[in-house]
Amino acid sequence: MPVAADAVPGDALAEPGAAVPAPAETEPDAADAPVLDGKTFDHVLEPRSEHRLPLGDGTWHQIARAYVWVRLISLTALFVVVLAAAAVITALSGETWLWIPAGIVAFIAAWTAAITPRQARSFGYQLRADDLVFRRGILWQRMVAVPYGRMQLVDITHGPLDRAFGIAQLKLVTAAASTGVSLPGLTQEAAESLRDTLVAVAETRRTGL
Amino acid sequence: MTDPAVPPPEGQPPGQPTPPVPPAVPPGQPTPPVGLAQPPGAAAPRPDTRSPLSDGEWHRMHPLTPLFRGGLALVIVAGLVISNLRERIIDFFLRAAVPEGPEFEGDTGDPVDFVLRHGLVPLALLALLVVVIVLVGLFYLAWRFHSFRITGDDVEVRQGVLFRSHRRSPLDRVQGVNLTRPMLARLCGMAKLEVVGAGTDANVKLEYLSTANAEAVRADILRLASGRRLAEQQARGGVHATKTQAAASIVTDALTGLVLGAEEPVAEAASVVHIPVVRLILSRIFSGRLITLLVLVAAAIVGAIVGTPWILFTIVPIFLGFGAVFVRSLTKSLRYAIAPTPDGVRITYGLFTTVTETLPPGRIHAIEVRQPLLWRPAGWWSITVNRMTGKRADQNGNDLFAEVLPVGDRRDVERVLRLLMPGMPEAEWPLVFEHGILGPQPDDPYTNTPRRARILHLLSWRRTGFELTPAALFFRRGVIWRTLGIFPLARLQSVGMHQGPLSRALGVASVHAHTIPGRVSGELGGVDRDAAVRLFADAEAAAVAAGTSDRSHRWGAEVVPDLARSYPNPRGRTESREVAPGAGGAGMDAAGPAGVDAAGAAGADAAGGVPGMVAAPAREKPGSVAAPAREEPGSVAAPAREEPGSVAAPAREEPGAAASRTEREEES
Repeated sequence: MPVAADAVPGDALAEPGAAVPAPAETEPDAADAPVLDGKTFDHVLEPRSEHRLPLGDGTWHQIARAYVWVRLISLTALFVVVLAAAAVITALSGETWLWIPAGIVAFIAAWTAAITPRQARSFGYQLRADDLVFRRGILWQRMVAVPYGRMQLVDITHGPLDRAFGIAQLKLVTAAASTGVSLPGLTQEAAESLRDTLVAVAETRRTGL
Repeated sequence: MTDPAVPPPEGQPPGQPTPPVPPAVPPGQPTPPVGLAQPPGAAAPRPDTRSPLSDGEWHRMHPLTPLFRGGLALVIVAGLVISNLRERIIDFFLRAAVPEGPEFEGDTGDPVDFVLRHGLVPLALLALLVVVIVLVGLFYLAWRFHSFRITGDDVEVRQGVLFRSHRRSPLDRVQGVNLTRPMLARLCGMAKLEVVGAGTDANVKLEYLSTANAEAVRADILRLASGRRLAEQQARGGVHATKTQAAASIVTDALTGLVLGAEEPVAEAASVVHIPVVRLILSRIFSGRLITLLVLVAAAIVGAIVGTPWILFTIVPIFLGFGAVFVRSLTKSLRYAIAPTPDGVRITYGLFTTVTETLPPGRIHAIEVRQPLLWRPAGWWSITVNRMTGKRADQNGNDLFAEVLPVGDRRDVERVLRLLMPGMPEAEWPLVFEHGILGPQPDDPYTNTPRRARILHLLSWRRTGFELTPAALFFRRGVIWRTLGIFPLARLQSVGMHQGPLSRALGVASVHAHTIPGRVSGELGGVDRDAAVRLFADAEAAAVAAGTSDRSHRWGAEVVPDLARSYPNPRGRTESREVAPGAGGAGMDAAGPAGVDAAGAAGADAAGGVPGMVAAPAREKPGSVAAPAREEPGSVAAPAREEPGSVAAPAREEPGAAASRTEREEES
């Protein structure tokens, strides 16, 4: 379910959208909204500080809840495999120093798993009239706006675990390597519909490289 | 100047070779026969003349090409091998001829004496002849199979005998044309032409052509890429010649080249910047590397005093390394020239290997003016750009000529910037120099780092700032190493905004202008949070507007090119907006972009001629987007195609539909 980000509480910020075109008129795929918002989170998590980057206007779509489970399962698997491997090798060879790298990897996996549920809620994207806005991160906030005409290709990938949970990763590629917009954990229908929409819109607004 | 033309097959009218040649030769006009030789006087191509090599037919390279593409090295290596191992070789091959002959080692010293004494001269000569014939045969084959074709839409190269390769690059994607003349080839009056594409390893190389031909072909490629129509097909100033005359003329040209030395390009515009050699040398010495060198030497001396004296010996390789870099950068920058041409900025550089690079309008993605610390007393600056080189990313790193101005004073910088940003309104120029490069000054238009965040930029917080105009985004950075980044909005790929915990505590954020990879970084930290949010929104909107109205990929199609090059045209924007909502309908698709094209080109001539010209050839090969013959990564993805109008309706529906279809098949 999409949530129109209302005025951020306590935010006396000047309206940033003076130059932003009104999203309602020509939003590329108002019809796709139900597909994009099935089984997703319902609000974008933000940092608490007053000085955070504001969400602004418009409808934020989010990623699927299943993404958290996929991440947790793969991180648990990594955690178990690393510790098991370290235990086996230690038992066979008697080298105890192996626990140091194994411990570090296991700790990182556990930490990542711990923050995953919150992190997943911070992903969001908006389909505006002329561009796609992407945001992610709570501690390290990142927002990127990509004009539709700049997209070179749209890439969908899904591994076996992703398929089991019916999610996919959608990546937007522009000529700039630093754009780095990648939406993990969209539902497959959302990913496909988004891809088709983006390709169609990009085609009509193509600009020079 | 005498590349033989390949004749069209008999019976086919020379006028209609392939559909996509807009300015077709009128039937009945003779095509140049094999071995067409032009007298030197007639060879100078007028800027609007089509060279006979770019008439849409297949042509071969200069006959000496195989020699320069590794053939010479082959001959030299073979010569070295023979001279070093001649005893072995003669023993090996001629032993059978004189089985009763004495043991070679016991013979008198030289193997040539051995050959003479045993009457083997004819045999040896025969062997030599066979080797030469085989070599020439191989070279001939390689030459025979290496051909290129320039049509109205593409430039294509076919080569290889066993492993054939066929590379085609769409002309509207041309990012630049480089004319490279390596030392040896230059002595023979030959040059190689590189059509720079967008993407990694996407360049199409025409190597080698005679310098005059290369010049003409380059002019043609640029003119075709510009979308300008040839006013009328000029009568070809060729003189019909026989094959022997052609061969003789090739040899003569080569000899003339050898004797007279390097031949200047035919049409060389005057450079707007002249760098005195002394300044160049001094600037290379007092570059940032000098500081590194001094630090390293000091470290070595300190290390020698404190620790072992042997450390002193590392100074020698340090000096050698730095010396090599110094010499390379110096020889590259010598003979530097930059000049405006109708088809973009032409930059020439290189002492030994001379490269002439033509950057069409709107191919520059970011510009940075910078000043290393040691240049400050002299008031020198250098200019670096981000542009597509068509090379791999790792080659990009040491791309010395991302530096379009190696060193120059304020006037030089201004002249070069005016060439690079032709569309910038006069009122905005103070932003570049007074406020940008030299700033901050009183009533500074730039938005700077707020005082509360000065901890992030301890020295430069007064200078670190940005300014947004309708045409470009300016990032001013650094107080010790002063830089000014200029990002034309029409080329901006996306805009980013980041904020970490420290920035959040200080109420600031960093703004990123995403451009193609290159030396110019698009990051600006320590921007006030509210200003960053505003800039993020405004820059994005301006980038969309600029991108919509930008038509520089077909720069020649514009009636008033200077206005539309990098400056968003409000009228163009509104009109394209009207078209955009009709995106979904297939019927609107074909009409829409063509309408934009027509709207962009105001004159009756352009409106009538250009869209038709662009669209017509493409309609005849709608499958070209997905055709396997297309090799360049830049053109693989369907959206990479620039004018939607030229990709006819069936092709438009393919990419999305086909992609989803295959994906579903994979799933099931």
